[in-house]
Amino acid sequence: MVKELLKGNVAIAEAAVRAGCRAYFGYPITPQTELLEYLSSRMIALGRVFLQAESEVAAINMVYGAACTGARVMTSSSSPGFSLMQEGLSYIAASDLPCVVVDVMRGGPGLGNILPSQGDYFQVTRSAGHGDYHPIVLAPATVQEAIDMTVLAFDLADHYRHLVILALDGLIGQMMEPAELPEWQADPPTPDWAVTGAAHRAPNRITSMHLRADESEAYNQHIQRRLEHIRAAEQRSIEMYTDDAELLVIGFGSAGRIAASAVEMAREDGLNVGLFRPQTLYPFPSDRLAELAEQVGACLVVEMNAGQMLDDVRLAVSGRAPVEFFGRMGGAIPLPEEILDTIEMLCWSLHVVE
Amino acid sequence: MIPAAELERVYERPESLTALHTNYCPGCTHGVAHRLVAEALDELELREQTILVAPVGCAVFAYEYFNLDGCEAAHGRAPAMATGIKRLLPDRTVLTYQGDGDLASIGIAEIIHAAARGEPITTIFVNNAIYGMTGGQMAPTSLPNQRTTSSPSGRDVALTGQPLRVSEMLATLPGAAYIVRRSLHDPANIRKAKKAILTAIQVQQRGLGFSMVELLSTCPTNWGMTPAEALTWVKDHMLSIYPLGDYKVSDAARELSA
Amino acid sequence: MNNHNGNDRTEFVFSGFGGQGVMFVGQLLAYAAMDAGFNVTWIPSYGPEMRGGTAHCTTIVSRKPIGSPMSPRPHVAVVLNLPSFTRYEPLVREGGLLVVNSALVSLTSHRQDMRTLDIPATTIAENLGSVRAANMVLLGAALTAQPALPLAAAHSALEAHLPPQHRSLLALNHAALDAGAAVVLERL
Repeated sequence: MVKELLKGNVAIAEAAVRAGCRAYFGYPITPQTELLEYLSSRMIALGRVFLQAESEVAAINMVYGAACTGARVMTSSSSPGFSLMQEGLSYIAASDLPCVVVDVMRGGPGLGNILPSQGDYFQVTRSAGHGDYHPIVLAPATVQEAIDMTVLAFDLADHYRHLVILALDGLIGQMMEPAELPEWQADPPTPDWAVTGAAHRAPNRITSMHLRADESEAYNQHIQRRLEHIRAAEQRSIEMYTDDAELLVIGFGSAGRIAASAVEMAREDGLNVGLFRPQTLYPFPSDRLAELAEQVGACLVVEMNAGQMLDDVRLAVSGRAPVEFFGRMGGAIPLPEEILDTIEMLCWSLHVVE
Repeated sequence: MIPAAELERVYERPESLTALHTNYCPGCTHGVAHRLVAEALDELELREQTILVAPVGCAVFAYEYFNLDGCEAAHGRAPAMATGIKRLLPDRTVLTYQGDGDLASIGIAEIIHAAARGEPITTIFVNNAIYGMTGGQMAPTSLPNQRTTSSPSGRDVALTGQPLRVSEMLATLPGAAYIVRRSLHDPANIRKAKKAILTAIQVQQRGLGFSMVELLSTCPTNWGMTPAEALTWVKDHMLSIYPLGDYKVSDAARELSA
Repeated sequence: MNNHNGNDRTEFVFSGFGGQGVMFVGQLLAYAAMDAGFNVTWIPSYGPEMRGGTAHCTTIVSRKPIGSPMSPRPHVAVVLNLPSFTRYEPLVREGGLLVVNSALVSLTSHRQDMRTLDIPATTIAENLGSVRAANMVLLGAALTAQPALPLAAAHSALEAHLPPQHRSLLALNHAALDAGAAVVLERL
């Protein structure tokens, strides 16, 4: 394979095709629309399913139906549209169905704007719908990572029979970077739980309903056990200069890569600063962060929101080190220089305290 | 004793139904509708090729009552879910079974767009002019002046509009191949309903477009009537608002129903 | 304090009316940089600098991995129309380069802390066969004055990445790149 110059949204779409996505249902919304537009011709040319739904509500329920057939299926949207999908996401999760949902986050709340944001962190990680569950949430920071995580998303979805969300912001969706597309995956066999017509077997029934409290609680325990496995096996993160870091900067997605620039600058200035970039937002990479919190003097969380991942950082750090926050909101993109200012101030105060 | 040789089986449970007892109230016509769908699938030998999408409403457990592969949609979204299934499995028969709260209220967008796309699925639309499962609230299909738990003085059309006639509306869409309204209030009409369900499924099998059979039905419990009174109420009050008939039969579908 | 990202990284902004090929010229530079083994990012009009009527994009070419893909203070700004000049003339980094399509921009910069190249790109392109090649004239000039990449890399990128429906314009685009470079070389 050779590197190509690829736009994030298009790269995710092609990666999904190669990962064996058999059906895509979606609705136009900026800044993810290139993904839908790309698949509108690509899927049809391959004899696969592409359908522009009448709404995000319909799209996610078409995905729900398609996932019931055992095929690899996907939809994509952006923040307000993702909000509309919440009910369907919860049903899908509660039916043990694999599927992949891409959320290219934009400025909010409300209609907000089409600029990059990370304001959906709570929405994607805390449950993405009603009830007790969490989707698996992957957060790419580069176009290459967006590609790799798209393939991973389908694999994890199938492996755990679980909802997987690829959460990026408009910056990564719109950006072009050199990246390598994945190999084509062979179609997995149709799973034995799929609804395909009850020929020569008992009927398969897919439902998220458990009327009796004992049945429903048992089902909830089943989900929680699965999430326990996921938390144990799937925490992912990237580190830079953490060996001797006195200050640990923590950011995901675009904020993470911009924070990386600030950390490089701080290192050039002789400051002992490291970077921790969560790649999975659920499960949050708490185990590694807790270890790092033992060895650093302070943490600085950088986000393109008012401080949402901050909650998970605080839970993981659990008082081992002070946790500070720098954020930009509503589509404003942090500059490495302004993060560096905060880094310098924090490093200075660490030494004053000493 | 009648000699065994003279015994003839004249009535049995269709293979497409399970032996489960339904949770429907006495006199509710959901049971009749279920049986008609099951008989049609048996006669067309489609049981093993069919996927049923159940609604939210009294028929929420339909996927348990039918001996078919099935799934349970979110409220109103059965046509979208059925679309997802049918697009992946175009050679299977895909049915939605929906009540009037599910289809005509919260799910009106999904049913209109499924019909507009000419989605080759079949919808069984059970219209009893009320929300059953939640305990008898007003539906878009409730009749003028009909008393419900959310219109205790009777539906005031000045405030809530006139009953929504879904079959008439969907019939305007080119993608709809077969849209008819039947009633379950007496045996003659039940036989006509069965014929319509058979045709609707055949329309899907031939890939002619979207097909729907609306079935006027009873809800004795929430209407506050005996089963017999409820059947009479359908005839005396619903038929005038919801006239029976064929609202859309495409030329290709007409050959089938002939 | 260090001069962060010193000579490892060059940030280009291209700005002009829709239809002037602003997005494509930024992408072409990105292709050239990628093929030459650099790290590169390209982002379209997208961010706090967004404004109506004018399209712009940012291309960053770097020896090191690129963290932030944004460029609030570009090293090189290529402006094809007056609103773009007004926007980016004050933003070019000290010691940077402003390349102005002087055929459409009547103003000139009076900043002494950067270089300004006034290139009548639209006129030059028109003489070569089409005003639409003005973007390539300006890229040729920019890469000659600030050789973040050899001009040959841009020529190769044209061969490799000009979309099939525009292949008939290949010779024109090559000529435009060279014409832009020639203007700069004449003035040295």
